[in-house]
Amino acid sequence: METYYRPEDLPRFPDMGQKAPELGKKFFEYYNAVFAEGALTEREKALIALSVAHAVQCPYCIHAFTQTCLEKGSNLDEMTEAVHVVTAIRGGASLVHGVQMLNIAQKLSM
Amino acid sequence: MNTDCALQEKGESERTLEPFRRILLRHGLTLERRKTTTLQINVGLLCNQICRHCHVSAGPGRKENMDSETADAVIAYAGRTRFETVDITGGAPELNPNFVKLIEEISCLTPRLMFRSNLSALTDGKRDDLTGLLKARRVAIVASFPSLNESQADSQRGDGIFRKSIAALQKLNSLGYGHQGTGLELDLACNPAGAFLPAPQDQTTKRFREVLMKRWGIVFNNLFAFANVPLGRFRIWLEEKGNLESYLSSLASGFNACAIDGLMCRTTVSVSWDGYLYDCDFNLAGGLHMGKRKTHVSEMKGQPPEGSPIAVGDHCYTCTAGAGFT
Repeated sequence: METYYRPEDLPRFPDMGQKAPELGKKFFEYYNAVFAEGALTEREKALIALSVAHAVQCPYCIHAFTQTCLEKGSNLDEMTEAVHVVTAIRGGASLVHGVQMLNIAQKLSM
Repeated sequence: MNTDCALQEKGESERTLEPFRRILLRHGLTLERRKTTTLQINVGLLCNQICRHCHVSAGPGRKENMDSETADAVIAYAGRTRFETVDITGGAPELNPNFVKLIEEISCLTPRLMFRSNLSALTDGKRDDLTGLLKARRVAIVASFPSLNESQADSQRGDGIFRKSIAALQKLNSLGYGHQGTGLELDLACNPAGAFLPAPQDQTTKRFREVLMKRWGIVFNNLFAFANVPLGRFRIWLEEKGNLESYLSSLASGFNACAIDGLMCRTTVSVSWDGYLYDCDFNLAGGLHMGKRKTHVSEMKGQPPEGSPIAVGDHCYTCTAGAGFT
């Protein structure tokens, strides 16, 4: 195997339903329902998915939701800001744990 | 990720493009002409813009432009065959010297005359009388407006076009276009700025209505979300960027057999700048003549016969993807 991630594997996502069809069916029904227009628009949901895709660093998801965001009418300015949102959360999550460091250090230090 | 039924039904072996003619056969479908209600006139390929998605490769250097004699033949055809709608397109129709004659004559021959504008040619300061004529003749304007984002729009249509388009829409609004109750119809045609499919039309309409009003005070009547057709300059761009195969696949995987019933080619006859007939503007761009033979508009006694087959090519997947093309 020359690489673990191959672009041509992305459309094979539904193949994961072959050996467990009932679970696959339930998952894909749920998946499609999640991304349907609801209280949030399909465009807004795609932007959320794009940012989460960067957080979980899934190349398939980044590829798929970049295209989906464009297809739903988003532009590169909006998509870049969405990636910054998740970057801020990830960075913030690291930084806020520094409070634990401070607490422990203060307890241990004279 | 796309997990719709069409994709799930497809195996890996089907990922290469199936010829459009074959997919019709596989679904037991035929594509035949109905009563022709629309005459589409492509007055030529001359345009002030060089849009990357243009399926006829229009631009400032193009010499193919409808001459006066052909315009007269088209007007005569519209006179002896009453069409419910006449649709003038290009290129930029405003740049054709026979455009005013076509508007003046054909507006008397059809209940609905529309023309497709790129907005920048209409309001370039060289044709100030034209908007008055369009208003007086109640000509519907279908304006290209691909995106609410300046850089996205300009990347498709050229630097500075977005701001010119906003100014043009505001001017048309000031004349009454786009306002309910004026009878002056202003529609937006929205093509994606890249190798991807358009957003659902209703969702785009809602968002464009909100944002255009909020940011620029602009109103419009309808918005049409069109997929880009893989012909002409757009096809070259797809090839250069390595996107052609995946784009064609995305169109084909969206094939909707139900869309066949309402395809515009079944009720449209399209006449090119040199007077020859096609089933639609895309077949015109692809060189697929109506009835597989060159027929000049001056030869036509009336409507093309109902039941005659429509010429098809793989670009037809554009109009059968999803909800279809209007």
